[in-house]
Amino acid sequence: MRTVNLREKLLTGVFWLAALAIAAILMVIIGYVVLKGISSVNFEFLFSPPARAGKEGGISTTIISTLYLVLGSLVLAVPIGVASAVYLEEYAHKNSRFAYLVNLTAETLAGIPSIVFGLFGFVFFVIFLGWGWSILSGAMTMAIMILPTITRTSQEAILAVPREYRENSLALGAGKWQTIRKIVLPSALPGIATGIILSIGRAVGETAALLLTAGSSLGMPASVTDPARTMAVHLYILAMEGISMERAFGTAFVIILFIVIINYAAHYGMKRLFPLKK
Amino acid sequence: MKNIIKIKSRGLKVFYGNFQALYDIDMDIESNKVTALIGPSGCGKSTFLRSINRLNELIDGVRIEGQIYIDDKPVYEKDVDVVALRKKVGMVFQKPSAFPMSIYENVAYGPRIHGIKDKRTLDEIVEKSLKAANLWDEVRDRLKSPATGLSGGQQQRLVIARVLAVNPEVILMDEPASALDPVSTARLEELIAELRTDYTIVIVTHNMQQAARVSDYTGFFLNGRLVEYNRTDELFVNPRDKRTEDYITGRFG
Repeated sequence: MRTVNLREKLLTGVFWLAALAIAAILMVIIGYVVLKGISSVNFEFLFSPPARAGKEGGISTTIISTLYLVLGSLVLAVPIGVASAVYLEEYAHKNSRFAYLVNLTAETLAGIPSIVFGLFGFVFFVIFLGWGWSILSGAMTMAIMILPTITRTSQEAILAVPREYRENSLALGAGKWQTIRKIVLPSALPGIATGIILSIGRAVGETAALLLTAGSSLGMPASVTDPARTMAVHLYILAMEGISMERAFGTAFVIILFIVIINYAAHYGMKRLFPLKK
Repeated sequence: MKNIIKIKSRGLKVFYGNFQALYDIDMDIESNKVTALIGPSGCGKSTFLRSINRLNELIDGVRIEGQIYIDDKPVYEKDVDVVALRKKVGMVFQKPSAFPMSIYENVAYGPRIHGIKDKRTLDEIVEKSLKAANLWDEVRDRLKSPATGLSGGQQQRLVIARVLAVNPEVILMDEPASALDPVSTARLEELIAELRTDYTIVIVTHNMQQAARVSDYTGFFLNGRLVEYNRTDELFVNPRDKRTEDYITGRFG
């Protein structure tokens, strides 16, 4: 008995340490970034454009560019991703070859490294279609990149909606689409939102693929055909070209803040919207 | 108003792929009565029930032959409006499942689907339906709260209110009490007895005491066939078929 107890205690300790390691790593990284970055973050840093390649001035244009690219890729990917998930889970027959093919494609796409998407976007959107380095090329590339994530998480969320909801709704005389729109999608929305948040995280953090497709212009983009530099790309260039470590950390701090705000807003929004509507 | 036949089944056969779930079911179900369908698991009683509102069609690979008539109108015809059919024939399922929205919205769901938008009309329907389902007094003060917070028994009565809200003539119940505790079951059975005045009720149940308590007629299904169908008091006291007798005396099933 004693040895069993001892072993239990030891194992519990090991698991506890593993959990602690996760928390600690996160704390150290975030703490370090915050400590190093917070001193350069002020009103001017957030609201004025970069000067002298980023050595001076702020990061306002990169914040705006990030917003444009994230929004652009979501506008393109969310409708297609959710719609295809609805098709696969609600309309396609179980043994449909087409559904099998789509599932396989989504899974494969999800595993492809982002730089490959970047290369494709560069060759296809930037050069072949002649869109140049632009928000449009970047957003299209990012949309393709996050599409599998949105599709898969939406599929899972739709699948998790109890079958009884659908049966009850149909038995009340509701049509299939009415059932999907009024019951299935609202019930699946928190899961779908999780996929969208993950995708935003990916888009905000992406560098290589965007360097190839959206370029690295520091100017304020005036339209979707203008090139743009996101915060992550800016951070990469600041650090890589030794322009300013201080400002690189400042940018990193803003990126983290950005992600935290998005997560919190999504979480809060979900709580407000669900489980109750009206 | 006596002995009006509401639902008529003629030579109904149902196949799931190669498996035949129902063999030539002929059955007349009387208006404003409670008809119970009993039998062991997999005997086809639920399949029969789901054939009446054409919910079977949702299953991949299902094939249906024969015909069901409601008010002498065929259910399985090309030009039958399934929405109108399901409006007329409501259904209560085994697992009480309130939609994840407010109590009010749950009951208003059906009427809204069928195009009622006026707030006052909806209010009236919601109140009337909840009253008819014996739930009004328990929820009148929290119509806007999530329905998922209700107990299983309350949720099942909410589901019935939701069905009543679309003003059906027939209510199908698929083992409605099997997930409920004894007190909730008793309340549900009381409710069924009250609803009989205005609705034709067909109830599938595993519980023979329940069938005996709530129903006027009982049909015994076995291996996809309707073995015996009679007045409930007759069937339970004087079963004609040996297999019915074996089943109701608990020798199998």
